[in-house]
Amino acid sequence: MRAPFSELPVVFDGVTVAAGAVTILDNLTLEFTPGAPTLLIGPNGSGKTTLLRLAMGLLAPSRGRISWGGRENAAPLKRAIVFQRPTMLRRSAGANIRYALRAAGVPRAERARRCGELLELVGLEALADRAARKLSGGEQQRLALARALARDPAVLFLDEPTASLDPTATKAVEDVIREVGQRNIKVVMATHDLGEARRLAGDIVMLHRGRVVEAAAASAFFDAPQTAAARAFLAGELLV
Amino acid sequence: MPDDVSALHLVLSGDAALFAIVRLSLYVSLSAVLLAAMIGIPFGAFLALTRFPGRQGVIVGLNALMGLPPVVVGLAVYLALSRSGPLGSFGLLFTPRAMIIAQTILVAPIIAALARQTIEDLWIEYRDELTAMNIGPLGRVATLVWDARFSLVTALLAGFGRAAAEVGAIIIVGGNIEGFTRTMTTAIALETSKGDLPLAVGLGMVLIAIVIAVNALAWTARRAGERWAG
Repeated sequence: MRAPFSELPVVFDGVTVAAGAVTILDNLTLEFTPGAPTLLIGPNGSGKTTLLRLAMGLLAPSRGRISWGGRENAAPLKRAIVFQRPTMLRRSAGANIRYALRAAGVPRAERARRCGELLELVGLEALADRAARKLSGGEQQRLALARALARDPAVLFLDEPTASLDPTATKAVEDVIREVGQRNIKVVMATHDLGEARRLAGDIVMLHRGRVVEAAAASAFFDAPQTAAARAFLAGELLV
Repeated sequence: MPDDVSALHLVLSGDAALFAIVRLSLYVSLSAVLLAAMIGIPFGAFLALTRFPGRQGVIVGLNALMGLPPVVVGLAVYLALSRSGPLGSFGLLFTPRAMIIAQTILVAPIIAALARQTIEDLWIEYRDELTAMNIGPLGRVATLVWDARFSLVTALLAGFGRAAAEVGAIIIVGGNIEGFTRTMTTAIALETSKGDLPLAVGLGMVLIAIVIAVNALAWTARRAGERWAG
């Protein structure tokens, strides 16, 4: 049995990401700890996706350090991510999950059972043999969640997984995220949907122009935002 | 009897000489495509997934090799396999194996260049997911080749088209020996020069039919595969 939160805390220490003259994230110091889901909010271009890619280890910072459970340069063995537009492998839904299980080192004898469990978790058991790329957008997102969970992650990063989904599909994905949160898996999710943030968040990290504007418990953030930028964002004003 | 009617009669009557030539042609061309695929697909994948100084030059060179003149390849293989050549001791000159070697050299760059492009396009799509799943280099190659398999059929078809239509290289290294190294293309060239047009036309009809049949089969397999795998 894995040690829970073996990759936690994820610590950002003075992290800056720059592309040429453009600073995408600016001197970020932040920590993701075990517990309720952390929601990253902020307008487009605020650096949410870049932060998630850094946290996953897909991107190296220009300056600063990132550590996972106290280790730097740790292989992403217990981390998983679902991208905003996940890429389905050209095979069936079930085969996509079995691929991830094999990549995670799950013994062959266990793969069929685990695959069935994951498909059931995301409500796709009836579509196991369907070509993954033929699934609807919402079904693909749920399949991507199941594929990410095949890695038995301690921390799961989600990059606006409901951004292009209708309310029904959004609810289905959010239900899975809630279920995941109850399985001792830390969820760190980006969204620019404040309603979704209210529904799912335990903690809020608000980004604007590559900086952390405010980080607080969700109730405190929504009830009494401490910064002008957060108040403006919650009031629905355009942050530029 | 007009030449085209005589040719049709030869084909429909199952003329033994004609079909021996057809069998050898298929053996040589398909063997060359198989060998070229074994070389070209891994090399294309390597080029698609790695970055090293001079890579662009290698890609430009590989693309240029798609237009290798068959007679030049035939000459080079002839020199290599002739008695005084570095591989002369193997005694391969004027054998079907020599023809397979020459055609493999012609076809491998085509398959490698097309495979490189196909796999690189898919890698751009898959990079984040495979990296996030911590898939190693060999696993990446295996995944990309497998998932690109229906697109790679096009590369194999292009290679087969080149091999099946080729005459310049195999006539030099095979010698067009009747019953031993005579293929459809070399026979067509010879019979036309001799004025035996029915056999030349008959072989031409069979050659075109084979190329159409192989392409139709591959297209059907690709469509079915894409429907199944997405």
